Amino acid sequence: MTSLFLVQATADSAAAGTHTLPTVDFWGLLFVFVLASFIGMGVIRRVSRLLHTPLMSITNAISAIAVVGSILVAGGEYPLVIKVLGAIALFASMTNIVSGFMITDRMLKMFKTDEKRPAGGKS
Amino acid sequence: MMHALTQLAYILATALFIFALHWMNTPATARKGVYAGVAGMTIAVLVTWVQPSVVTHLWIILPIIAGFVVGIPLARVPLTAVPQRTALSHAFGGLAAGLVGTAKYYLWFSEGPENLTAFRMIAIIVEILLGFLTFTGSLMAAGKLQEVKWIPQRPVTYPGQNLMNLLLLCVAVGLGAALVLHPTATWAPQLFPAIIVMALVFGVLLIIPIGGADMPTVIAILNAYAGLAAVAMGFVLDNKLLITAGALDGSSGLILAIIMCKAMNRSFSNVLFGAFGQVQLTKGAGEQKSYKGETPEGAAQILEQASLVVIVPGYGMAVAQAQHKVRELYDQLKKRGVTVKFAIHPVAGRMPGHMNVLLAEADIPYTDLVEMDEINPDMPQCDVCLVVGANDVVNPAARSDTSSPIYGMPIIDADKARSVFAIKRSKNPGFAGIDNELYFADKTWMLFGDAKAVIGELVKQLAGESGMH
Repeated sequence: MTSLFLVQATADSAAAGTHTLPTVDFWGLLFVFVLASFIGMGVIRRVSRLLHTPLMSITNAISAIAVVGSILVAGGEYPLVIKVLGAIALFASMTNIVSGFMITDRMLKMFKTDEKRPAGGKS
Repeated sequence: MMHALTQLAYILATALFIFALHWMNTPATARKGVYAGVAGMTIAVLVTWVQPSVVTHLWIILPIIAGFVVGIPLARVPLTAVPQRTALSHAFGGLAAGLVGTAKYYLWFSEGPENLTAFRMIAIIVEILLGFLTFTGSLMAAGKLQEVKWIPQRPVTYPGQNLMNLLLLCVAVGLGAALVLHPTATWAPQLFPAIIVMALVFGVLLIIPIGGADMPTVIAILNAYAGLAAVAMGFVLDNKLLITAGALDGSSGLILAIIMCKAMNRSFSNVLFGAFGQVQLTKGAGEQKSYKGETPEGAAQILEQASLVVIVPGYGMAVAQAQHKVRELYDQLKKRGVTVKFAIHPVAGRMPGHMNVLLAEADIPYTDLVEMDEINPDMPQCDVCLVVGANDVVNPAARSDTSSPIYGMPIIDADKARSVFAIKRSKNPGFAGIDNELYFADKTWMLFGDAKAVIGELVKQLAGESGMH
């Protein structure tokens, strides 16, 4: 596995041209992270305790936002090994998105008040 | 132009995610939240897909199809299997983060080493550590919950366990630091997999000492880790959407974990390093106490005359799949004008909110599912408290016995009810090995048998009597 990476590495660095130095505003990102965490806590604290299981499955689906990174890695013009890693990550994220949202909705459908309950209920 | 549109779409997706969680604050609007979440995710996927750097579409289409093929059956598991499904999806989340971090590192190592700045390397190391330890840790948790044969159910402990785990973590972090300082050294590509292996091993070691009762907390912690791994990926890829969505998930896991810990009167470190479920084996063989048994006929008569019945469900109800029978009992009692409430302890079951979902599945209106703190003041007015497969959460030792391992844990005050019926599978003392004083109290009668069968018998008694009238 590692040797494969190395072969790839030398071949690609020869092919790669000049690169502009990255200008990433890390402090800006950190800022966003801290603020988003506070918003998250504020919102989550008010979630009904009845719904903690669906909450966990919906946040699970939302954290599968890793799908964004996976698409960028799997679909880019990259060496095969890299794309395979990306494709596996994409598969894992997509599974979480599909099953996370679907099971959340399935559970939420079950929460009924007395009036909305089918007469006698199903057995 | 493309950049501006992308950023706008990502902001929209973030807003939709926040609304998705906001609408979860009541069951009435919660389904709207799912639609908002789906909309946000669809926008995020499509906008990312049309980025100019994305050129090979087959590599995207195939994994997406595979994701649907596996995801749809995973969404249809029985609700009693929801804890392990959740753990499994944390594992997938961790795996995705770990793999993307790995891919990005090797990519930059070969194609643009100047991208491997210190800040970015720190983010990559955090991403793969959290990602891979969440992966194996969650797989272990899922295996324990699913009761897979080759994964020990009982907590596994050995001398020096915590020290060893800590040491392993320190070594992994130390090697990570070396990589941060020398990301392009010739030995760096060999060191990277070593860190991955350590994270994988650490995940396993972290979960093997954890017992079933601690699963709600541990699942919540793993949830937070999976979210934080996505945040780290956002730092690596310079993508704010990943950071915001990951932070929402991370804070959700954190808050749930805090709620679970409070509900057990324990600290994070105590849950993770305490190996609950081992300590109390010394006690027990002392005084011989006796239970009072009761027949379903007798119990049905008493239930019928009650005006307030409180049912305390626990993991035993889930194991016996008794929720539908419980609903039949609920209906029978309601028909007679008896008020029936369910007392839900935050850690009842194997994940946060587990009991609520099972009872909702059985068509019990959520307005009758009452939290511990709200039901406790009403317990002295309760005529009959029916305990269905719950044990620790109604054990008065938590209030009085300082030597008990559950001392200090808030409990449902079942012992303050006028009478108590407890359904229990066998006469062996305590499921978890902890004696429960409640079962020996004067006002407690035991109904021995499988929860589903016993409640079915109660329903039959009640229904039979109404037939005769």
